[in-house]
Amino acid sequence: MSRFLTLSEAVEFAIRDGDAVALEGFTHLIPHAAGHEIIRQRRKRLTIIRMTPDLIYDQLVGMGCAEKMIFSWTGNPGVGSLHRVRDAIENGWPQPLAYEEHSHSAMANAYEAGAAGLPCAIFRGYVGVDLPKVNPNIKRVACPFTGEMLAAVPAIRPDVAVIHAQRADRAGNVLLEGIVGVQKEAVLAAKRSIVTVEEIVEDFGSRSPNAVILPAWTVGAIAQVPGGAYPSYAFGYYKRDNAYYKAWDAISRERESFLAWMKANVLEQGPDSFAKYARKNSIAAE
Amino acid sequence: MTDHTPTEMMTIAAARALKSSDVCFVGIGMPSAAANLARLTHAPDITLIYESGTLGTKPSVLPLSIGDGELCETALTTVSVPEMFRYWLMGGRITVGFLGGAQIDRFANLNTTVVGPYAKPKVRLPGGGGAPEIAISCGEIFIIMAQSKRSFVPKLDFVTSLGHGEGGDHRARLGVKTKGPTKLLTDLAVFEPDPRTKEMTITSIHPGVTRAQIADCTGWEVRYADTVTETPAPSARELEVLRALHARTARAHGAAA
Repeated sequence: MSRFLTLSEAVEFAIRDGDAVALEGFTHLIPHAAGHEIIRQRRKRLTIIRMTPDLIYDQLVGMGCAEKMIFSWTGNPGVGSLHRVRDAIENGWPQPLAYEEHSHSAMANAYEAGAAGLPCAIFRGYVGVDLPKVNPNIKRVACPFTGEMLAAVPAIRPDVAVIHAQRADRAGNVLLEGIVGVQKEAVLAAKRSIVTVEEIVEDFGSRSPNAVILPAWTVGAIAQVPGGAYPSYAFGYYKRDNAYYKAWDAISRERESFLAWMKANVLEQGPDSFAKYARKNSIAAE
Repeated sequence: MTDHTPTEMMTIAAARALKSSDVCFVGIGMPSAAANLARLTHAPDITLIYESGTLGTKPSVLPLSIGDGELCETALTTVSVPEMFRYWLMGGRITVGFLGGAQIDRFANLNTTVVGPYAKPKVRLPGGGGAPEIAISCGEIFIIMAQSKRSFVPKLDFVTSLGHGEGGDHRARLGVKTKGPTKLLTDLAVFEPDPRTKEMTITSIHPGVTRAQIADCTGWEVRYADTVTETPAPSARELEVLRALHARTARAHGAAA
C-alpha cells in the first residue's frame, strides 16, 4: 500500500547499497529529483537498470553510485555521448562500470515479463548480430508449436523501481499520461517502488476510462516533488529543457567541471530546488 | 542550379524515397528531418512512428529526443513502449524503418555499439537501441549516413544490426522474411543492393560529385550499377521547406532555456 513520504525518507526507506534499481521514463517523466537524492544519500554498488541511460545515469555513474548498468541505448539524445559513462567504461573513473547490454525490444519485453511474473521474455530478435556473443543472458529457444527459433532474455525484476508521474490522489493512486514508456511495467516488476509526483489531488476527476493508473496497492512510497522530472518534462506541466541537455555536454566533459557542477547543483541542494521548474499546463499556454 | 549543401542533398534524397502510403519508423536526427520533409512535401499522408510510442505524429519542429512533447501532442495516439515494440514493430506493421550508424559495411550491416574490442572499447558508442529489431521487422530499411573512410569500412568492429549479412540469401537463411536495406542515402550518392549479391551498389550520383571523390570516401572498392543516373538536384520547394523546418527547430530548442 502506498504511503506519502518526503523524497529523502522514501530513498532512505526503499533503496539500499547494492540494490538493483530502475529509474525509468522514456525521455518523458525522468525522475531526476529522485536520482539526485540517491546521489546525496551516497548509495553505493548499485546495479542501475534503464532502457535509455541519459543525464541522470551519467550523474549517478560519475558520482560513484553504480557498479553495473543494464541498458539498451546510452547517450545524450540528439547531442552525443555521455562523458561520465564513457569515462567509467573506458578509463574506470571514478570506478569501473560493468554492463549488460540489450536491445530496446529485449528490455521492453523483459520489463513486461517482470510485471507478468514470468521468468523470461520471448520475442523475435537478435538475428545475425553480435550482442548474443558478448551477453550470456541472450539465449535462443524453439517455439514448441512451430519450431521457430526465438530470442529469450531474463525478466527484469528490480529491487526498486523509481518513476515520476503527474498526479497522485489522496488515496495514493498514481496517474501517468503522455509518453508512458515502461514505467507501469517497471513498478509492477519491482519489489519496492518510489513515485515522485507533480501534484497530490483530492481525486483525479474526469479522465479517460483507459487512463494509465497504478492503484495504491501496487505502489510503495509517494513523494510530491514539483518539477521533479526537470530537465526532462511532464506532459501538461512543463516542457523539456533541450538547452540544458545541450549544455550538459560541456559540463560533463571534464571530471573537474562535472564535480563542481554536482557540488553546486546536487550535493548542496535539496528536492525543493526543483520547484522553480514546476509549471502547470505550460504547453497549452504557449 | 540551386545552391545546396551535401547534407541537404542527402536529406532530400531520403525524403523522396518515402511514399504517402508508408508507415515509417523514424529515428532522431537526419531520418527525422527526411521523414518530416516527406510529410511536408510529396507524402502528406505518411504515418510517422517514433519508438517512444507515438503513432501518426505530425511535429511542426524536429524533436531533439525520441520522446519530445511535440511528438506526443501531435500524435493520433501514444502507446506504451512494450506495446510499440511488440504489436507495432515485431507485429510487422511498419513498412519502412530508417537507420544510421557509426560504421557500415558493403552489405549494409551497421555498427552503433563500439569502436575497438567490445570488452575494452576504444570508443563506446550509444548501442543498438531499437535497431537490431527494426532491421529485421520493418518491410524494408533505408539507411542515411554521410560517407567517409572512417564510417564506410571493409569490416565492422561489431555487428549491431543486420543488413544483408554476408550477402546473397543470407537474411533468408537466418529465417528473416523482410527485405532489409533497399536504399542507402549518403551525401554523395544513392546505393541499392545488387539483386543477386546484395552488395550495396551505386545507382545514382548526386550533382557535382565525382567517382574519384566517392572512392576517397569509401573503405572498399565501390561497385556501380550498369545504369547510373544523376540524382535530381533539390527543387526550390524542397530546400525552402527543409530550411524552414530547421529554422523553426533551432528557434524552438534554443528558446527552451
